[in-house]
Amino acid sequence: MAVRTPIGRARGLGSAKEGTHHWWMQRVTAIALVPLALWFVASVASMAGADYVAMRAWAGQPITATLLISLIVATFYHAALGMQVVYEDYVHPHWVKVVFDIATKLVFFAFAVACIFSILKLAFAA
Amino acid sequence: MVARERPLSPHLQVYRPQITSVLSIVHRLTGVALCVGTLLLVWWLVAAAAGPDAFEAAQGFIGSIFGRLILFGWSWALLYHLCNGVRHLVWDAGYGFELDTLTRSGWLTLVVSIGLTLIAWIAGYAMMGG
Ligand code: HEM
Repeated sequence: MAVRTPIGRARGLGSAKEGTHHWWMQRVTAIALVPLALWFVASVASMAGADYVAMRAWAGQPITATLLISLIVATFYHAALGMQVVYEDYVHPHWVKVVFDIATKLVFFAFAVACIFSILKLAFAA
Repeated sequence: MVARERPLSPHLQVYRPQITSVLSIVHRLTGVALCVGTLLLVWWLVAAAAGPDAFEAAQGFIGSIFGRLILFGWSWALLYHLCNGVRHLVWDAGYGFELDTLTRSGWLTLVVSIGLTLIAWIAGYAMMGG
Protein backbone atom coordinates (compact mmCIF):
# COMPACT_ATOMS: atom_id res chain seq x y z
CA MET A 1 0.00 0.00 0.00
CA ALA A 2 1.34 3.38 -0.96
CA VAL A 3 1.44 6.04 1.71
CA ARG A 4 1.36 8.98 -0.69
CA THR A 5 -1.84 10.88 -1.38
CA PRO A 6 -2.90 11.59 -4.97
CA ILE A 7 -2.12 15.30 -4.57
CA GLY A 8 1.32 14.44 -3.19
CA ARG A 9 2.08 12.36 -6.25
CA ALA A 10 0.87 15.03 -8.66
CA ARG A 11 2.81 17.91 -7.12
CA GLY A 12 6.00 18.91 -8.81
CA LEU A 13 5.35 16.94 -11.99
CA GLY A 14 4.06 19.85 -14.03
CA SER A 15 5.77 23.02 -15.05
CA ALA A 16 3.68 25.20 -12.77
CA LYS A 17 5.26 28.59 -12.06
CA GLU A 18 8.72 27.71 -13.34
CA GLY A 19 8.11 26.35 -16.82
CA THR A 20 9.91 29.23 -18.50
CA HIS A 21 12.93 29.27 -16.20
CA HIS A 22 14.99 26.83 -18.26
CA TRP A 23 14.19 28.64 -21.51
CA TRP A 24 14.87 32.02 -19.92
CA MET A 25 18.27 31.06 -18.47
CA GLN A 26 19.29 29.59 -21.84
CA ARG A 27 18.68 33.05 -23.34
CA VAL A 28 20.36 34.96 -20.49
CA THR A 29 23.49 32.81 -20.74
CA ALA A 30 23.40 33.12 -24.55
CA ILE A 31 23.35 36.92 -24.31
CA ALA A 32 26.26 36.86 -21.87
CA LEU A 33 28.20 34.51 -24.15
CA VAL A 34 28.08 36.78 -27.21
CA PRO A 35 30.64 39.35 -25.94
CA LEU A 36 32.50 36.80 -23.80
CA ALA A 37 33.02 34.35 -26.66
CA LEU A 38 34.08 37.11 -29.06
CA TRP A 39 36.57 38.38 -26.49
CA PHE A 40 37.89 34.86 -25.94
CA VAL A 41 38.36 34.12 -29.65
CA ALA A 42 40.14 37.46 -30.10
CA SER A 43 42.37 36.77 -27.08
CA VAL A 44 43.32 33.28 -28.22
CA ALA A 45 44.07 34.54 -31.74
CA SER A 46 46.25 37.34 -30.38
CA MET A 47 48.12 34.82 -28.20
CA ALA A 48 48.79 32.33 -30.99
CA GLY A 49 52.20 30.81 -30.46
CA ALA A 50 52.59 32.43 -27.04
CA ASP A 51 54.76 30.62 -24.50
CA TYR A 52 54.12 29.85 -20.85
CA VAL A 53 55.45 33.19 -19.63
CA ALA A 54 53.17 35.13 -21.96
CA MET A 55 50.22 32.97 -20.96
CA ARG A 56 50.91 33.64 -17.27
CA ALA A 57 51.21 37.36 -17.89
CA TRP A 58 47.86 37.39 -19.71
CA ALA A 59 46.04 35.16 -17.23
CA GLY A 60 47.50 37.06 -14.28
CA GLN A 61 45.63 40.26 -15.06
CA PRO A 62 42.50 40.78 -12.93
CA ILE A 63 40.40 41.70 -15.96
CA THR A 64 41.41 38.48 -17.72
CA ALA A 65 40.56 36.36 -14.70
CA THR A 66 37.21 38.10 -14.28
CA LEU A 67 36.22 37.61 -17.91
CA LEU A 68 37.50 34.02 -17.99
CA ILE A 69 35.49 33.03 -14.92
CA SER A 70 32.40 34.71 -16.38
CA LEU A 71 32.96 32.81 -19.63
CA ILE A 72 33.30 29.50 -17.77
CA VAL A 73 30.16 30.00 -15.67
CA ALA A 74 28.04 31.11 -18.65
CA THR A 75 29.39 28.36 -20.90
CA PHE A 76 28.80 25.43 -18.57
CA TYR A 77 25.42 26.68 -17.40
CA HIS A 78 24.33 27.21 -21.01
CA ALA A 79 25.80 23.88 -22.11
CA ALA A 80 24.05 21.93 -19.34
CA LEU A 81 20.70 23.51 -20.21
CA GLY A 82 21.32 22.85 -23.90
CA MET A 83 22.24 19.18 -23.51
CA GLN A 84 19.13 18.65 -21.39
CA VAL A 85 16.97 19.74 -24.35
CA VAL A 86 18.87 17.45 -26.72
CA TYR A 87 18.35 14.47 -24.37
CA GLU A 88 14.68 15.32 -23.99
CA ASP A 89 14.29 15.06 -27.75
CA TYR A 90 16.27 11.91 -28.46
CA VAL A 91 16.90 9.80 -25.37
CA HIS A 92 14.38 7.21 -24.25
CA PRO A 93 13.27 5.62 -21.97
CA HIS A 94 12.75 8.24 -19.31
CA TRP A 95 15.18 6.87 -16.73
CA VAL A 96 18.04 6.79 -19.26
CA LYS A 97 17.35 10.43 -20.10
CA VAL A 98 17.45 11.34 -16.41
CA VAL A 99 20.72 9.46 -15.92
CA PHE A 100 22.28 11.25 -18.94
CA ASP A 101 21.07 14.62 -17.71
CA ILE A 102 22.36 14.17 -14.17
CA ALA A 103 25.70 12.80 -15.40
CA THR A 104 26.11 15.76 -17.75
CA LYS A 105 25.35 18.24 -15.00
CA LEU A 106 27.79 16.63 -12.58
CA VAL A 107 30.57 16.49 -15.19
CA PHE A 108 30.02 20.08 -16.33
CA PHE A 109 29.96 21.24 -12.72
CA ALA A 110 33.28 19.50 -12.09
CA PHE A 111 34.74 21.02 -15.28
CA ALA A 112 33.61 24.50 -14.24
CA VAL A 113 35.13 24.12 -10.77
CA ALA A 114 38.42 22.85 -12.23
CA CYS A 115 38.56 25.81 -14.63
CA ILE A 116 37.71 28.40 -11.99
CA PHE A 117 40.26 26.98 -9.58
CA SER A 118 42.93 27.08 -12.30
CA ILE A 119 42.07 30.66 -13.24
CA LEU A 120 42.25 31.78 -9.62
CA LYS A 121 45.54 29.97 -9.11
CA LEU A 122 47.00 31.73 -12.17
CA ALA A 123 45.59 35.06 -11.01
CA PHE A 124 46.84 34.89 -7.41
CA ALA A 125 50.24 33.52 -8.31
CA ALA A 126 50.89 36.41 -10.68
CA MET B 1 -6.11 -5.16 -32.84
CA VAL B 2 -4.60 -4.20 -36.17
CA ALA B 3 -2.30 -1.20 -35.96
CA ARG B 4 -3.18 1.39 -38.55
CA GLU B 5 -0.41 2.41 -40.91
CA ARG B 6 0.14 6.08 -40.34
CA PRO B 7 2.79 8.31 -41.83
CA LEU B 8 5.39 9.37 -39.30
CA SER B 9 6.29 12.99 -38.83
CA PRO B 10 8.52 14.75 -39.82
CA HIS B 11 9.61 12.31 -42.53
CA LEU B 12 13.11 13.69 -42.94
CA GLN B 13 13.91 11.43 -45.89
CA VAL B 14 11.39 13.06 -48.19
CA TYR B 15 12.10 16.65 -47.25
CA ARG B 16 14.33 18.61 -49.58
CA PRO B 17 17.06 20.20 -47.44
CA GLN B 18 16.56 23.93 -47.17
CA ILE B 19 18.81 26.64 -45.77
CA THR B 20 16.46 27.10 -42.79
CA SER B 21 16.28 23.43 -41.82
CA VAL B 22 19.97 22.73 -42.44
CA LEU B 23 21.13 25.69 -40.34
CA SER B 24 18.72 24.65 -37.60
CA ILE B 25 20.22 21.18 -37.22
CA VAL B 26 23.73 22.61 -37.56
CA HIS B 27 22.98 24.85 -34.55
CA ARG B 28 22.24 21.74 -32.52
CA LEU B 29 25.26 19.86 -33.90
CA THR B 30 27.62 22.74 -33.15
CA GLY B 31 26.09 23.07 -29.65
CA VAL B 32 26.87 19.43 -28.90
CA ALA B 33 30.31 19.66 -30.56
CA LEU B 34 31.13 22.69 -28.43
CA CYS B 35 30.26 20.70 -25.32
CA VAL B 36 32.86 18.11 -26.34
CA GLY B 37 35.22 20.96 -27.22
CA THR B 38 35.11 22.25 -23.64
CA LEU B 39 37.50 19.36 -22.87
CA LEU B 40 40.19 21.28 -24.72
CA LEU B 41 39.43 24.45 -22.77
CA VAL B 42 39.54 22.58 -19.46
CA TRP B 43 42.83 20.91 -20.38
CA TRP B 44 44.40 24.21 -21.47
CA LEU B 45 43.44 26.09 -18.27
CA VAL B 46 44.27 23.25 -15.88
CA ALA B 47 47.61 22.70 -17.64
CA ALA B 48 48.47 26.39 -17.38
CA ALA B 49 47.78 26.26 -13.65
CA ALA B 50 49.71 23.01 -13.23
CA GLY B 51 52.98 24.44 -14.54
CA PRO B 52 55.28 24.89 -17.56
CA ASP B 53 55.62 21.20 -18.47
CA ALA B 54 51.90 20.48 -18.50
CA PHE B 55 51.28 23.69 -20.41
CA GLU B 56 53.93 22.79 -23.01
CA ALA B 57 52.23 19.43 -23.53
CA ALA B 58 48.84 21.06 -24.07
CA GLN B 59 50.26 23.71 -26.38
CA GLY B 60 52.18 21.02 -28.25
CA PHE B 61 48.98 19.14 -28.97
CA ILE B 62 47.02 22.26 -29.91
CA GLY B 63 49.87 23.43 -32.14
CA SER B 64 50.16 20.12 -34.04
CA ILE B 65 48.47 19.70 -37.41
CA PHE B 66 45.75 17.58 -35.81
CA GLY B 67 45.34 20.07 -32.98
CA ARG B 68 45.08 22.96 -35.41
CA LEU B 69 42.42 21.14 -37.41
CA ILE B 70 40.39 20.58 -34.25
CA LEU B 71 40.89 24.19 -33.22
CA PHE B 72 39.83 25.41 -36.65
CA GLY B 73 36.63 23.35 -36.50
CA TRP B 74 36.05 24.47 -32.94
CA SER B 75 36.47 28.15 -33.78
CA TRP B 76 34.02 27.90 -36.68
CA ALA B 77 31.54 25.89 -34.60
CA LEU B 78 31.69 28.54 -31.87
CA LEU B 79 31.35 31.48 -34.26
CA TYR B 80 28.58 29.80 -36.25
CA HIS B 81 26.66 28.91 -33.08
CA LEU B 82 27.20 32.47 -31.85
CA CYS B 83 25.91 34.10 -35.05
CA ASN B 84 22.96 31.75 -35.33
CA GLY B 85 22.37 32.20 -31.59
CA VAL B 86 21.96 35.93 -32.20
CA ARG B 87 19.51 34.99 -34.98
CA HIS B 88 17.61 32.93 -32.40
CA LEU B 89 17.57 35.86 -29.97
CA VAL B 90 16.15 38.15 -32.66
CA TRP B 91 13.37 35.59 -33.25
CA ASP B 92 12.77 35.41 -29.51
CA ALA B 93 12.22 39.17 -29.59
CA GLY B 94 9.59 38.53 -32.24
CA TYR B 95 11.35 39.69 -35.40
CA GLY B 96 12.58 38.15 -38.63
CA PHE B 97 9.98 35.50 -39.39
CA GLU B 98 9.12 36.52 -42.97
CA LEU B 99 10.14 33.78 -45.36
CA ASP B 100 12.58 35.86 -47.41
CA THR B 101 14.05 37.39 -44.23
CA LEU B 102 14.62 33.88 -42.84
CA THR B 103 16.46 32.85 -45.98
CA ARG B 104 18.55 36.01 -46.04
CA SER B 105 19.45 35.93 -42.33
CA GLY B 106 20.40 32.27 -42.79
CA TRP B 107 22.89 32.94 -45.57
CA LEU B 108 24.16 36.00 -43.72
CA THR B 109 24.82 33.86 -40.63
CA LEU B 110 26.79 31.37 -42.71
CA VAL B 111 28.86 34.03 -44.48
CA VAL B 112 29.58 36.04 -41.32
CA SER B 113 30.57 32.95 -39.32
CA ILE B 114 33.01 31.84 -42.02
CA GLY B 115 34.32 35.40 -42.39
CA LEU B 116 34.94 35.81 -38.64
CA THR B 117 36.68 32.43 -38.49
CA LEU B 118 39.03 33.37 -41.32
CA ILE B 119 39.75 36.76 -39.74
CA ALA B 120 40.61 35.09 -36.42
CA TRP B 121 42.97 32.64 -38.13
CA ILE B 122 44.64 35.24 -40.31
CA ALA B 123 45.17 37.37 -37.19
CA GLY B 124 46.52 34.34 -35.32
CA TYR B 125 49.03 33.47 -38.03
CA ALA B 126 50.03 37.14 -38.32
CA MET B 127 50.77 37.11 -34.56
CA MET B 128 53.06 34.15 -35.00
CA GLY B 129 54.86 36.05 -37.73
CA GLY B 130 53.50 34.33 -40.82
C1 HEM C 1 28.86 32.03 -28.07
C2 HEM C 1 27.67 32.41 -27.78
C3 HEM C 1 26.47 31.49 -27.77
C4 HEM C 1 25.21 31.89 -28.11
C5 HEM C 1 24.78 33.29 -28.56
C6 HEM C 1 24.35 30.72 -27.99
C7 HEM C 1 22.99 30.73 -28.22
C8 HEM C 1 22.16 29.65 -28.11
C9 HEM C 1 20.72 29.67 -28.22
C10 HEM C 1 19.86 30.91 -28.49
C11 HEM C 1 20.27 28.40 -28.05
C12 HEM C 1 18.83 27.94 -28.08
C13 HEM C 1 18.50 27.37 -29.41
C14 HEM C 1 17.11 26.81 -29.49
O1 HEM C 1 16.23 27.23 -28.75
O2 HEM C 1 16.92 25.92 -30.33
C15 HEM C 1 21.43 27.56 -27.84
C16 HEM C 1 21.40 26.20 -27.66
C17 HEM C 1 22.48 25.43 -27.31
N1 HEM C 1 23.77 25.85 -27.07
FE1 HEM C 1 24.42 27.73 -27.33
N2 HEM C 1 25.10 29.65 -27.57
C18 HEM C 1 26.40 30.08 -27.42
C19 HEM C 1 27.48 29.30 -27.01
C20 HEM C 1 27.43 27.95 -26.67
C21 HEM C 1 28.53 27.17 -26.17
C22 HEM C 1 29.94 27.70 -25.88
C23 HEM C 1 28.05 25.88 -25.99
C24 HEM C 1 28.74 24.64 -25.47
C25 HEM C 1 29.80 24.59 -24.75
C26 HEM C 1 26.67 25.87 -26.40
C27 HEM C 1 25.85 24.76 -26.38
C28 HEM C 1 24.52 24.76 -26.71
C29 HEM C 1 23.71 23.57 -26.75
C30 HEM C 1 24.14 22.15 -26.44
C31 HEM C 1 22.42 23.99 -27.12
C32 HEM C 1 21.18 23.11 -27.30
C33 HEM C 1 21.02 22.82 -28.77
C34 HEM C 1 19.62 22.50 -29.16
O3 HEM C 1 18.70 22.52 -28.34
O4 HEM C 1 19.44 22.25 -30.35
N3 HEM C 1 26.31 27.15 -26.80
N4 HEM C 1 22.58 28.34 -27.86
